[in-house]
Amino acid sequence: MRVYHFTEQPYPNAWEKHEGSLRINLPNRHLDPKIAADLFHRYYDEWLLCDELGFDVMLNEHHATATCMSSTCIVGLSVLARQTKRARLLVLGYPIGHRPDPLRCAEELATVDVISRGRLDMGFIKGVPYEFPVSNQNAVGVMDRFWDAHDFIIKAMTSHDAPFNWESEFFHYRHVNLWPRPYQQPHPPVWTTTGSPINARIVGERGYVMATLGTGYATRPLYDVYRQAYTAKFHKPPAADRFAYLGLVAVADTEAEARRRGEMVSIYLGSSAIVAPQFRNPPGYLSVEDNVRILRGDPRPRTGTKDGGFIDMRTAGVQELIDAGILFCGTPDQVYRQITEFCDYCGGMGNLLMMGHAGHMNHADTVGNLTLFAKEVLPRLKEYKQPVAEATVAA
Amino acid sequence: MPIPAGEARGPAAGAATPSMISVNGIRIEMIERGSGRPLLFLHPGIGIDANAPVLDRLAAGGRLLAPSHPGFGASEGPRHMTTVDDLSYFYLDLMDQLDLRDATVVGVSFGAWVAAAIAVKSTARIARLVMANAVGIKVGDRETRDIADIFALTEPQLNELAYCDPKIGARDYKAMPVAAVTATARNREALGRYGWQPYMHDPKLKGRLHRIRIPTLFLWGTHDRILSEPYGRAYCAAIPGARFELIDKAGHFPHVEQPQAFADRVLAFAAS
Repeated sequence: MRVYHFTEQPYPNAWEKHEGSLRINLPNRHLDPKIAADLFHRYYDEWLLCDELGFDVMLNEHHATATCMSSTCIVGLSVLARQTKRARLLVLGYPIGHRPDPLRCAEELATVDVISRGRLDMGFIKGVPYEFPVSNQNAVGVMDRFWDAHDFIIKAMTSHDAPFNWESEFFHYRHVNLWPRPYQQPHPPVWTTTGSPINARIVGERGYVMATLGTGYATRPLYDVYRQAYTAKFHKPPAADRFAYLGLVAVADTEAEARRRGEMVSIYLGSSAIVAPQFRNPPGYLSVEDNVRILRGDPRPRTGTKDGGFIDMRTAGVQELIDAGILFCGTPDQVYRQITEFCDYCGGMGNLLMMGHAGHMNHADTVGNLTLFAKEVLPRLKEYKQPVAEATVAA
Repeated sequence: MPIPAGEARGPAAGAATPSMISVNGIRIEMIERGSGRPLLFLHPGIGIDANAPVLDRLAAGGRLLAPSHPGFGASEGPRHMTTVDDLSYFYLDLMDQLDLRDATVVGVSFGAWVAAAIAVKSTARIARLVMANAVGIKVGDRETRDIADIFALTEPQLNELAYCDPKIGARDYKAMPVAAVTATARNREALGRYGWQPYMHDPKLKGRLHRIRIPTLFLWGTHDRILSEPYGRAYCAAIPGARFELIDKAGHFPHVEQPQAFADRVLAFAAS
């Protein structure tokens, strides 16, 4: 198993100043650039430590928000492409459906891949609802635009003999000729996120790495849809490395200390949801059926727990989050057991996207969390033998 | 998204039920009532309710045609329909197909934008144009938002801006039939499709309004706080000879809040 350390690179110093919204309309005067600089350097230092400890690295981007200062993932990738030595660099994700210019996306990503000597993983995403009011991209039809951008980027990365022409509904180029071309052949691995069976099928048919977030003990059905689609297309079951799961991690020598860290990391779940209600559902982001359900007051989707119950992960406590497989928290033995138990439930899951830092968690706690995990849990996870999913055994 | 005709029926199916017609392979619902000279009513972003009192009042003065735009209500919205320009060509085709002559085209808000986009292309089948609380053009400078960002408002906030009496906009979705809630959800999505960016206007339209050379009446609900009256007057001034009239005790949707006054003005203008 690979383990990618992830932090949203938050600016928690402004979190107490919000009036119901950490995103979109929280004025940026609440950000002190000097503090922001210190935080960026600290987060990069922690990723450099990860490079030494045996972790891989995951970055993302959001816009106009104190929950995530990284508004351009390319900058972080660029810094780390040069400064890290061995870690894979996953961006999850790059919201290509929002970008006006996918040629620029392809150029940036190929350059990062070359500088890192082939360590880039390209996660392409639709983006959360709150991105649309900021990018001003239309959420109606965004997946059509997303796949057009995707097709273009892949073609740009894999065409080497002559410039090509691209005149689609969304993008228009006449001389596409990518310099530099990517280091990895034919192109860096493609990842994406999903929460729906429809998308799980589409991703499975393409054989891309599928990541889920917040799905807990309701993850398996999505993986099985992927497995079915993958097997139908490639005539063999997908390996565990086709699956990724974002889990919060808090480990310490004692359970009490781990739970203290668990409280800090899980602050991400509540803070992430602090956004003015009018920005939570741009038209076209959700299906008409989902919007009808919301208008009629049906309860919002919740996260499944091991024993078949449900929690609301935004308000749940540490124990509930552990029960739901959202948070892996405890002593190294406990955390190893929780993670492998979850992998067994999933029928195999080869990439843990470990949120090892969030919110106000300080450098010492973050380093403690990462170092203990690297020493006591990571080596055992690397040895761990993935189960073979029943759904794909026959093939 | 094809919707079976049966599901298009609102709460009071029967006389009020819209029929379905196909134009260029796009199946839309349309309310048709009354007889005489045609009056094509183009609804705003909130769609059109078959039981809206304004419809019978307009139908008293002619042959009322009130379609749901592609993507709205229970009308199909094929994915290639993405702009108000697309809608304007759709309605030019609809008027050809129905062989409408000397029509009065009445648009409210988003529907008035569609009406203007039609009229700058051809008024061959149109005798008169009514534009009520119209969106569709850019008037102010680049940092002035002419049109309130309705997608950055909660529904109660939106009702505060849209209505003279905000209670009129309130809905109890739990008590409404699923088909009506579905229409509401589709209306919002369709409005986003056509109006998200550039926001509720076509930067080219203002420079083309001089091509509208038929009698044009602007009606303006005085309590509209989505748009300002100066915006409406600037819009009116760009159409040669257009007249501007206020409707009191009404906001952005004067046909909803003052259906009688609205219909009286429209029918008097149509007959003039």
